[in-house]
Amino acid sequence: MTTGAAVLAEGAASVQEVMPATGVFSWIWLLIALPALGAAVLLLGGRRTNTWGPIFAIVMVAGSAVLGIAMLLGMMALPAEERSIGQNAAQWVFVGAFKADLAFQLDQLSIAFVLLITIVGTLIHVYSLGYMAHDRDRRKFFGYLNLFVAAMLTLVLANNFLLLYVGWEGVGLASYLLIGFWLHKPSAAAAAKKAFIINRVGDVGLSLAIMVMFVTFGTVTFDQVFGAAGNANEGTLTAIGLLLLLAACGKSAQFPLQAWLLDAMEGPTPVSALIHAATMVTAGVYLIVRSNAIFDLTVWAAGAVIVIGLITMTMGAIIGSAKDDIKKSLAGSTMSQIGYMITAAGLGPIGYVFAIFHLLTHGVFKAGLFLGAGSVMHGMNDNVNMRRYGALRGVMTATFITFMAGYLAIIGIPPFAGFWSKDSIIHAAFEKHVVIGIIAMLVAGLTGFYMTRMVAMTFFGKARWEDGVHPHESPKVMTIPLWILAIGSTFMGVALLYWGNIESWLEPVTGFAEAPTPLPELAYGLITLAIVLVGVFIGWRTYAIREVPIEAPRGSVLTRAARAELYGNEVNEVLVVRPSFALSRSLTWFDTAWVDGTVMGLANTVGRISSGLRRTQTGFARSYALSMVGGAVLVALALVLVRI
Amino acid sequence: MNAFPWLTTLGVVPLIGSIVVVLLPRTRPTLAKQVALAFSLVTLALLIVMALRFDGASTAPFQFVESQSWIPSFGISYSLGVDGIGLVLVALAVVLLPVVILAGWHEGDQGTGSIKGYFALVLVLETLMIGVFSATDVFLFYVFFEVMLIPTYFLIGRYGGPARAKAATKFLTYSLVGGLLMLASLIGLYVVSAQGSGTGTFDFLSLVGLEIDPATQKLLFLGFFIAFAIKAPLWPFHTWLPDAAQESQPGTAVLLIGVLDKVGTFGMIRYCLPIFPAASEFYAPVIIGMAFIGIFYGAYVALTQSDMKRLFAFSSLSHFGFIALGIFVFTSAGQSGSVVYMVAHGLSTAALFLTAGFLMARAGGSSKIDDYEGVNSVTPVLSGFFLFAALSTLALPGLVAFVGEFLVLLGTFQRYIWLGGVATLGIVIIAAYVLRLYQRSMTGPVKPSLVGMKDLRGREIAALAPIVALTLFLGLYPAPLLNVVNPAVQNVMTAVGMTDPAPSVVPVSEGSEQ
Repeated sequence: MTTGAAVLAEGAASVQEVMPATGVFSWIWLLIALPALGAAVLLLGGRRTNTWGPIFAIVMVAGSAVLGIAMLLGMMALPAEERSIGQNAAQWVFVGAFKADLAFQLDQLSIAFVLLITIVGTLIHVYSLGYMAHDRDRRKFFGYLNLFVAAMLTLVLANNFLLLYVGWEGVGLASYLLIGFWLHKPSAAAAAKKAFIINRVGDVGLSLAIMVMFVTFGTVTFDQVFGAAGNANEGTLTAIGLLLLLAACGKSAQFPLQAWLLDAMEGPTPVSALIHAATMVTAGVYLIVRSNAIFDLTVWAAGAVIVIGLITMTMGAIIGSAKDDIKKSLAGSTMSQIGYMITAAGLGPIGYVFAIFHLLTHGVFKAGLFLGAGSVMHGMNDNVNMRRYGALRGVMTATFITFMAGYLAIIGIPPFAGFWSKDSIIHAAFEKHVVIGIIAMLVAGLTGFYMTRMVAMTFFGKARWEDGVHPHESPKVMTIPLWILAIGSTFMGVALLYWGNIESWLEPVTGFAEAPTPLPELAYGLITLAIVLVGVFIGWRTYAIREVPIEAPRGSVLTRAARAELYGNEVNEVLVVRPSFALSRSLTWFDTAWVDGTVMGLANTVGRISSGLRRTQTGFARSYALSMVGGAVLVALALVLVRI
Repeated sequence: MNAFPWLTTLGVVPLIGSIVVVLLPRTRPTLAKQVALAFSLVTLALLIVMALRFDGASTAPFQFVESQSWIPSFGISYSLGVDGIGLVLVALAVVLLPVVILAGWHEGDQGTGSIKGYFALVLVLETLMIGVFSATDVFLFYVFFEVMLIPTYFLIGRYGGPARAKAATKFLTYSLVGGLLMLASLIGLYVVSAQGSGTGTFDFLSLVGLEIDPATQKLLFLGFFIAFAIKAPLWPFHTWLPDAAQESQPGTAVLLIGVLDKVGTFGMIRYCLPIFPAASEFYAPVIIGMAFIGIFYGAYVALTQSDMKRLFAFSSLSHFGFIALGIFVFTSAGQSGSVVYMVAHGLSTAALFLTAGFLMARAGGSSKIDDYEGVNSVTPVLSGFFLFAALSTLALPGLVAFVGEFLVLLGTFQRYIWLGGVATLGIVIIAAYVLRLYQRSMTGPVKPSLVGMKDLRGREIAALAPIVALTLFLGLYPAPLLNVVNPAVQNVMTAVGMTDPAPSVVPVSEGSEQ
């Protein structure tokens, strides 16, 4: 061992030994292969698969879910130190010392994601049967959904960063395809492109992180990189950490790469639920938590993670408070909640577990909220403007009740799921620093406000429906997934914390530590609850008791800024888009006028001279012959030279 | 020593094909097409058999070696052989040929030349491409290099678009200038070899063994390099490319940009580096600078192009920058990456040009992006292939282009951290211009003039399907490429006397040690 460079943070995990895959675990590859097959059949099969395609897609993702559950049970039966299982499917990229295989690693962290992705994924597939029933490209939609699930599973099952990158970009592709699913809408196509390009900026971070790892450690495999992390100097580790954070900012819509997520709501609502709330956007959190061995050793990168998390948590909540579009308001909320997770991931061993805990509960309740919003839109002729909703609790009972479960979960009312996970993060934040804790607490108050606003505008107050709209409850195929997610939103927090022992379950991967805090644990819960209730009260007073105007009032400077998404798009436009196009146009001009101009000018001069010399001769065969003659002269010269 | 002249046979089959096609009666154009396709498929079959016999573990510098004396008084011989790099590029040419014939079924119908002439030229070009990638005599290489211009010139000049004559002329002029410089260097090289050993030679391996003094190297290097930099082309030698691409038929463009231009980058790694190691090192900073500028210059210019084919040309300029960068950073990741990139670029160029070609053929031949809008709604299959081509161009992980691009960037990063870091930003701009093109042409409401356009048919899908399949297969399982390319690159690295930088920290191996 090298001299004391490797001082692991207290409570940090050591790298687990990877066990060979046997028994049910020899089917790890099948988790990915099933939905991949579904995508291939539906996308290549064409119209032939129109009738049975969607069902086939559901069977594939449900198959993965069943397999995932079997693996969870198998893993629970194993001793804690044997729960990291590796499987090498094939060699992939190798040159010189570089090597990255198509190889998987299933451990306590990845199984949690596998279950979230496949179970929530299955529910959303089923829901989509109803939601997309009348879309003529329904089969393609299910194909893309399957493609997404396969890519997301690749992301969380890869055992090295390069394969993770394939999943990372694969989910980005699925996201691109699904945001732009209604391609005939220019706004959808633009949103899809924007999401992909902003994510590419994050990809630069991931690419470079991989390169730094390779030049530093000579490997990009998780266990080898993490095992050697202690031997690298802190500057390098900070660089890796910041680059990974950049990647996470892209995929998880964190500041300053957040601008794509609200536009991404152009996609069909099930997509918003699955990709842009429950799973894909949390990939950044996965990346950071997975790389905990790096972040544990670099205060600067971990600190940057916290700062980004806090900024985005606040921004998202502010944006969510001002949007009248129900999906965009929820998207702001997603940004904000992921901000919580990112913040927690920056806290180190006291936070990783809670980042994942909140990620799991959020995955369920936010999926429920989005699907609920979809159900409302379904009944309101696809109108997303909450100012034209109101009083829907009477006509859409199932949607209302299930939405309320999600509502209580996200604002953190005990015993609903979000209370446990968010409260844990706030508590851990106070363990780290009181300022972090206070911000996290205040944003919880904002959460209470914007969610109450949403619920009040949608389900309470007076009906402000447009003419000809006849709200109705959605079919069973849509409400049953809502009920299941509502049950999850209600009980999942308690279940994971007390029955699932999530802290000790994840500890071998993430490490776990508790630090003393100024106040007893219960106090944080009570103070947070009080702040949340203040937010709820203000929201209720403004949007349920008072009349909601159909035309949005002009609002204060802050409201207008929040509606404009805090001017993120304008900043991008001025700093990046316009300069790029200006550069492009000037380079095009330069290319024609100067690069080509110089060459053509030269050629014309030569041409004029030679045509002057041989007026009667034209045609290129001749000039070619002339050059051959020139060549022959040179050959002859050489001959002479050699003789000499 | 050598049993069967594999490479000569491989080259002769399409040549015979072209003669047969020429001899066919002018009144039977379809028969000419069928015969051409048949010959290209026979060549492909031969290639597959040959490639399977290639021994990746062999230590011999070249395989399938054959050698006949040709002009003994100048030490010129007809010598063929391939290493892994040559093999994959021969394979690229031979795989794309039937694709181009099938896709370009009607390309010979326009223009001033005869239909059978088009297919005969394409087959002759195949022979020459096989020759140029497998010559192991530098003079023979030069001959193939120069003669290749003739069929290409006629393919552009006879079958191309309205301004074809000007574009063909520009292409030929540029190439001739490069060719003359190379010839001068070639002769110089011969003289040097004669001074060293008494008898001059053009044999590649003998020339690699020559100790040429650095000053001479620097001079001779330039002749070769400029010829290759025009062919590839690198910034600022590129301005013939947009014109040629714009005026060429899609099939011709695929052969020109997808395969012929690879002769330039192939020449750099095969000839410039091993024969002139000192000069390569000397000029590397300049060339890396050109490559680097080209990456961003091409990508930025592509961003606002209004013509699809010109956009593809500038995109290629950017990609050639990546390829040259990988070659001249002297790391095995960079160089293997470059070779994989050449193959990947060949495939993605084919997918782009052919799909765009099918689209243009349906809409009066216009390559103006503004003439298309909402194509996805009328022809979803075509639009799907177009998107795939776009994703292949932006090197989506999981496709073969990613393997090449990532290795090039990694190899660059190993040697020059900041340069590699900044070059990686290129992936954002590539995504921007490619997806912008897709957005502008394929999405939104359908342009009224395009309503009723027919989607891709069997022949067209059959042409594109193999490219898609290869792009995906080699993306997930690049071992067939890497197994043969890596040893060849190792030979190049040895010849230039370079080794990979070692990792700064020795990993504590927790898992399986390799």
